[in-house]
Amino acid sequence: MEKRTIVAVLVFAIVAVFFFFSVFMVHPFGKPGQVNMDDHIIANTQNETGTNNAVTSVVFDYRGFDTLGEATILFAAVAGVLMIFRRVKQ
Amino acid sequence: MSGMSKIVKTAVNILFPLTMIFGLYVIAHGHLTPGGGFQGGAIVASGCAMIVVAYGSKWVFKQIKEKRLSSFESIGAVGFIAVALLGLVFSTVFFGNFLAGSSLLFGTIPATGSTGADFNTGGVLPLMNFAVGVKVIAGLFVIVLVMAYASSVKEWDT
Repeated sequence: MEKRTIVAVLVFAIVAVFFFFSVFMVHPFGKPGQVNMDDHIIANTQNETGTNNAVTSVVFDYRGFDTLGEATILFAAVAGVLMIFRRVKQ
Repeated sequence: MSGMSKIVKTAVNILFPLTMIFGLYVIAHGHLTPGGGFQGGAIVASGCAMIVVAYGSKWVFKQIKEKRLSSFESIGAVGFIAVALLGLVFSTVFFGNFLAGSSLLFGTIPATGSTGADFNTGGVLPLMNFAVGVKVIAGLFVIVLVMAYASSVKEWDT
């Protein structure tokens, strides 16, 4: 058997074991775990950000760095596409 | 005559303004209704992709160049980061909401609880929605346009 196949089977077995155990340790459906942050956002989003839409206040205010990362990903995608598909005539 | 048949072009001519209005509405009311800059930008960009499908990418490429679209995308990114940096200047932290509670634009604080929608709320969130909307519109449209054009021609300059 090739060395690559042995390595692939080993990696697959390790990942499968971790997935198998993670299935049993998964969060129960419909039961929130830590609710402190949720309660704070639901109670204070209208006072702190002045917005009725709590989801937008989380996306753009409480977790603004996440949106900055998304914008960076989109920028990188556009830069990559333009770099690949802009062929200059020789 | 490039693009698809006259039936498709007429249908797109009818549907395109409605798509634009709906997408811009989703961007403008991002702080009141579900949606925001990303979602509305995707709607507007899909309307522009509809134009590319119906009229052909060569015709669209004659109307607008990809350099202009990519500069619009950069303007959106710079505006987003500029609003965040203004939060660092006028408030205490990066991404600080310095307009909420002030008497300036979008400064009204709604009453706690279930209230009616007031457009003049949200602080910096409408500005960020607008910047991200411009960025997503130009970004997705330039991706679709350049890919469609590159698959239709062998070699192209500029």
